[in-house]
Amino acid sequence: MKYLCLVYCDEGLLHSQPDSPADAECMAYAESVQGGGRMLAAEALQPVQTATTVRVRGGQVSLTDGPFAETKEQLAGFYLVEARDLNEAVSIAKGIPAARVGSVEVRPVRDLQP
Amino acid sequence: MAELLQVQAAVEAVYRQESRRILATLIRLLGDFDLAEEAMHEAFFIAVERWQRDGIPASPRAWLVSTGRFKAIDGLRRRARFERSPEHLALALEALESAEVNDEELQDDRLRLIFTCCHPALSADAQVPLTLREVCDLTTEEIARAFLQSPATIAQRIVRAKAKIRDARIPYQVPSLAELPERLDSVLRVIYLVFNEGYSASSGDSLVRDDLSAEAIRLGRLLQQLLPDPEVLGLLALMLLQGSRQRARSSEQGDLVLLDEQDRSLWDQAMITEGCELVQQALRSQRFGVYSLQAAIAAVHAEAQTAQQTDWDEIVGLYDVLLRGWPSPVVELNRAAALAQRDGAQVGLAAVEAILARGQLLDYYLAHSARAELCRQLGRHEQAREAYRTALGLTRQAPEQRFIERRLDELG
Repeated sequence: MKYLCLVYCDEGLLHSQPDSPADAECMAYAESVQGGGRMLAAEALQPVQTATTVRVRGGQVSLTDGPFAETKEQLAGFYLVEARDLNEAVSIAKGIPAARVGSVEVRPVRDLQP
Repeated sequence: MAELLQVQAAVEAVYRQESRRILATLIRLLGDFDLAEEAMHEAFFIAVERWQRDGIPASPRAWLVSTGRFKAIDGLRRRARFERSPEHLALALEALESAEVNDEELQDDRLRLIFTCCHPALSADAQVPLTLREVCDLTTEEIARAFLQSPATIAQRIVRAKAKIRDARIPYQVPSLAELPERLDSVLRVIYLVFNEGYSASSGDSLVRDDLSAEAIRLGRLLQQLLPDPEVLGLLALMLLQGSRQRARSSEQGDLVLLDEQDRSLWDQAMITEGCELVQQALRSQRFGVYSLQAAIAAVHAEAQTAQQTDWDEIVGLYDVLLRGWPSPVVELNRAAALAQRDGAQVGLAAVEAILARGQLLDYYLAHSARAELCRQLGRHEQAREAYRTALGLTRQAPEQRFIERRLDELG
């Protein structure tokens, strides 16, 4: 069985609390899961300001600045893709069939600083 | 050795004429707006001293691009020694040192800059100020004044947009042919937003606002030079034809004057001639869209010597084409107003009421004021008053409010 562990937090607090994780700690934990042979993929994300939401309705693609904000929508799946730039990422995202009824939030991955 | 004042004047002239192109090229070379701006200003600073000593170079633009680029390379090398993560700097350095600068690329750079500032992944709130700042070189304060926002708000939107361009890696390129229509739409919308913000003169400093319309027309001309798509011609024509009426649109007291009551001798004939030629060109292409069609309608108005001589049949026909391709209740409302002119107030009123009966445009003051005007013409004064009062409650623009109040007074 595969499981997806989704990390949620208030971005404003992520790096500023006494208990906030440092990048090195995150990397160390990821490596420990990797070492146990259970890691499939893990990435940290850039803040929501970098997000672009892609929807396809009636064959028309629409882009919106910012994250998807419909609380009545639930997370249904994910793609982790390699793309040259945002245009290429969006062109992959708009092909995801669920974009026709839902939203696909495209967010760049952040490199952790060791 | 050249005179200091002479050199300063030359540097200022080059800044006025070339700074946006130089900036656009440096953004491409450096891949970063802020780095590019810094490098450009340094290059202009150095130019004052260097050109005094060595004379003004044959191609000041190329000199400034290459000086800015070397300054940026120096800066990046210094930073690379201090920063913990120099990979992106190293990448930038590599790209920079191998980059070629030729004149054709320089033209494309301005187009790249426009497409990047109007990228659909940026919000319209950000596209407009970013374009005005980076492409038109308006200051943050000027943009803030024109949009009645605080400079801090505008500055924050620009900073955020630049950060998104960098962090989400919005590419600095002219879109491929396949993507062009969609991406061009977004550029044209930004330019027309800038124009309308200036043209509507709803509030704020009217001088700054006239500048905004002029700036939009300049942007339209730049785009026409770089990418003469029919819709680019159509938008430029539309702005010229609407702009030609600017002086006739308001009285000396700043009150609104409707099209059929305007003094047509105040219309700018040069703008009309140019606008009409552009419309013809756009329509001949057979690949025209909404802007060209709206411009064609504006051209029919512009060509009528008096309001009575307007070819309403032609205008209704153009609205029909517009509605078939791009249906919208606002276009339908405009068509209803043209119908009223062609076939009488009764027919026009029925068309306006049909839109409202569908629950559309209920919050749009022009729909209610159009209904009021037609009721007034038909002698239904009570209905006219009621509709004018609804319209009055829906507009916050002082000239429009005064206009409606005048109409209400006339109705007694």
